[in-house]
Amino acid sequence: MKFGTEIVFLGLFAFGALVAAGFGVDEPFRQHMWVLFFAVAGFNAMLMRNTDFKPAVPIDPAAYMDGPIRYGAIATVFWGVVGMLVGVVIALQLAFPHLNIEPWFNFGRLRPLHTSGVIFAFGGNALLCTSMYVVQRTSRARLFGGNLAWFVFWGYQLFIVMAATGYLLGITEGREYAEPEWYVDIWLTIVWVAYLILFLGTILKRKEPHIYVANWFYLSFIITIAMLHVVNNLSMPVSFLGSKSYSAFSGVQDALTQWWYGHNAVGFFLTAGFLGMMYYFVPKQANRPVYSYRLSIIHFWALIFLYIWAGPHHLHYTALPDWAQTLGMVFSIMLWMPSWGGMINGLMTLSGAWDKLRTDPIIRMMVAAVAFYGMSTFEGPIMSIKTVNSLSHYTDWTIGHVHSGALGWVGMISFGAIYYMVPKLWNRERIYSLRLVAWHFWLATLGIVVYAAVMWVSGIMQGLMWREYDEQGFLVYSFAETVAAIHPYYVMRAAGGAMYLAGMLIMAWNITMTIRGYRREEDPMPGSIAALQPARSGARKWA
Amino acid sequence: MGLIDKHALIEKNATLLLVGSLLVVTVGGIVEIAPLFYLDNTIEKVEGMRPYSPLELAGRNIYVREGCYLCHSQMIRPFRDEVERYGHYSLAAESMYDHPFQWGSKRTGPDLARVGDRYSNSWHVQHLTDPRSVVPESIMPSYAFLKDKPIEVKDFSTHLVANRRVGVPYTDDMISNANADLMAQADPEADTSGLESRYPKAKVGDFDGNPQQVTEMDALVAYLQMLGTLVDFKNYDEAVGYR
Repeated sequence: MKFGTEIVFLGLFAFGALVAAGFGVDEPFRQHMWVLFFAVAGFNAMLMRNTDFKPAVPIDPAAYMDGPIRYGAIATVFWGVVGMLVGVVIALQLAFPHLNIEPWFNFGRLRPLHTSGVIFAFGGNALLCTSMYVVQRTSRARLFGGNLAWFVFWGYQLFIVMAATGYLLGITEGREYAEPEWYVDIWLTIVWVAYLILFLGTILKRKEPHIYVANWFYLSFIITIAMLHVVNNLSMPVSFLGSKSYSAFSGVQDALTQWWYGHNAVGFFLTAGFLGMMYYFVPKQANRPVYSYRLSIIHFWALIFLYIWAGPHHLHYTALPDWAQTLGMVFSIMLWMPSWGGMINGLMTLSGAWDKLRTDPIIRMMVAAVAFYGMSTFEGPIMSIKTVNSLSHYTDWTIGHVHSGALGWVGMISFGAIYYMVPKLWNRERIYSLRLVAWHFWLATLGIVVYAAVMWVSGIMQGLMWREYDEQGFLVYSFAETVAAIHPYYVMRAAGGAMYLAGMLIMAWNITMTIRGYRREEDPMPGSIAALQPARSGARKWA
Repeated sequence: MGLIDKHALIEKNATLLLVGSLLVVTVGGIVEIAPLFYLDNTIEKVEGMRPYSPLELAGRNIYVREGCYLCHSQMIRPFRDEVERYGHYSLAAESMYDHPFQWGSKRTGPDLARVGDRYSNSWHVQHLTDPRSVVPESIMPSYAFLKDKPIEVKDFSTHLVANRRVGVPYTDDMISNANADLMAQADPEADTSGLESRYPKAKVGDFDGNPQQVTEMDALVAYLQMLGTLVDFKNYDEAVGYR
C-alpha cells in the first residue's frame, strides 16, 4: 500500500501533538501544539487522498529523482515572496511605528520571522533543492535512500512552519538566527541528519571517480551547520511539555557561542552552500569550465578553516576578553583572501563568454551575485577592524552590509539557479519570458543599491551623532534626536526593499507560467541575434 | 605542485572529505570558546551580583519573548560617549547569570544595560503602553497588552530549577519560595522581608499601577528597574578587572 507506514506514523505524530496541546504547561506551548496538530493532520489527510492499493510501480534506479527538487524550487520561490514581504513590512514599521499590531505583529516578533524566512526558508530551500539537483548530476547517481529526500523536504517545511508560528506566538530562545525553541531544534536536528545521510549516501554511490567541487562546499556546509546548530542550541527545558528553555551557557560564554554560530550561519549556510551553487550553475549557464581547479582547492580549505574564527568581531569592545576580540579581527581580515578566491574563480569562469552578459539576463544575475559577494566580503573585513567597528556596530551600517550579501549574493545566485533549473525540471524548452528575467534583474539590482546606500548613510550618520560633542564637552544629541534624524532613510530603505520584492513577484509569475507550460511571445533580447551589418557605401565600391 | 596533486585522494574519498572538513572547522571554535570556560580572568570579581528574583526572571522572559534584544543592546562599550550616555561600561560579571545573554547587536533604541532606577515605574508603564506619548520621536511598538495579561504562574520554581541545572546558584530556599516571592514582590501589602534577604536590592511594590493583580507589565518593569543596579562600583578595581 502506497504511504501505508507514513500514514500510520503521521497519525501517531498528530495524536502526540494533540496530547501535548492538552497537557502543555504554558499557553504558547499549547497553542503551538495545536498548530503542529493541524499541520501534521492536514498533511496526513493529503497523503490519504493520494494513497492506493495497487502494487508499487518499479523505479528505474538509473533515473534521477527530481520530484523533491521540483517541490523545492516552488518552495524557494514561495518562501522568498513571504520572507521578503515580511521584510518590507518591518521596514515600514520602523518608518511608521503605528503599523505595529500588538502582540503578534509587533516588530520584535516579526523580525525573526523575516530573518528566518529569508535565510532558512528561502535560502534553505534553495540549498536543499539545488544540492539534490547538483549531487545527482555530478555523481551520475540517483538520490540515496528511496523516499529519504521526501522526508528531508517535508520535514524541513514543518520546521519552517513551526519556527515561524512560534515567533508570532512569542516562543523564542532569544538568540539571533537561532530563535526556535528546544523542541523545534530537536526536530531540525533529525531532519538535518537525514539530509546529511541523503547527500553523503548519494556521493558514496557515485559513478564518477572524483567528487565535484560544488559537492565539497555543499558537504562542508551540511556538516558544519549540524555542528553549529547542536552546540549553539544546547539548552535546559523548563518542562518537557512547555515551550521555555534556558540556554546551557550564560553571559560572555553564551555570547561567543552565539556569534560563533551566528557568523558561521553566514559563513556556511549563506556562503559555502551558495558557493556550491555557484560552482555548478555558473559554468553550466556560461557553458565554460571552472576557471581554476587549484584556486578552488586552496580557497575551499582556507575559507572553511578561517570562517569559524571570525565570530568575535560581532563582540568588539564588549565584555568579551580582548584576546578573543583581536583573534576574531585578525581572522576576519584574513578571510578576505579566500572569499575573493571564490569570487575570482566565479567571475573568471566567464572568460570567453562575457558577451553573454548582454544577451542572457540569467548569466547577468549570476555575475551580479558574484560581484556582490566580492563587495560584501570586502566590506566585512573592513567592518571587523576594531576602530571601524566602534563606529559601525549597533548601527544600520551592519544591516546594510548583511543585505548587500543576502540580497546581492544569496538572492541573485539563487534566482539564477532557479531560472536555470526550472525549465529543465519540467521539460520546458525555455523560461516563460526572458524579458521578465531582465526586469527582475534590474529591479533587484536597483533595490539593493538603494537599500545598501541608504543604510550606509543612516548608519554612519547615526554613529557619528551618538559620539558628537560640543565645545564644552557635552553630548550634542539625545538618543531620540538621532532616531528622528534617520526617519527619511527608513522610508527610502523600505522603498529599496519594495523594489526587490517587486522583482521577486515577477519571478514568481515567470516561474508559475513556465511550470504551467506557457511561453511568452516576445522579441529576443537585444543583441542575441547577430545584427546584420549595413554595407558601407565605400565598401561597396571596392567589392 | 606535489601537494595539490595529492588532493585527488580527498576528492575520491567522501569519508576523507567529510572528516577532513569537520576537523578543519572545529579548530577555531575550540581555540576561541573553550578557554572562556576555564580562564579565571574572563569574568571579573565583583560584589553585588545575585540571581534574578522570580518576578525579575519572569520579566526577563517577557523581554526575550517580545524580542526587545533586537532593538536594545545591554552592553555599554568603554567609550567616552557611551559611558556618559549610559553609565559605567558593562562587565562580563554583570551577565554571568544570563541564560541567554541579551547583549544585543543593534541600537534602534538606546542601550538598557543600566536603565534601572533611571525612570519611575509609572514612566515605564506609560512608555510601554504608548511610547510616543512620552518620547515623540520614538518608533517603538506599543506593549499595552502586558497590563491586561495576568502573569501565568503554575509552578515558577521549575524555572529556577532549570536555571540551577545550567549553573545559576539558586538555593533550595529560593526554589521553595519561588511562587510566593514572585507574588510578594509586586504586592504593596505583602511582607517582603524574606524576599529581600534572598534577593538583596530587589525593588518591591506595585509596578504597573494596578495593585489588584500581578501582570506581565509588573514583571517587565521589575526587570527593567533592576538592570545594571546590582554591582557595587565603589568597590570595583578597574585595573584588576582588565582582561
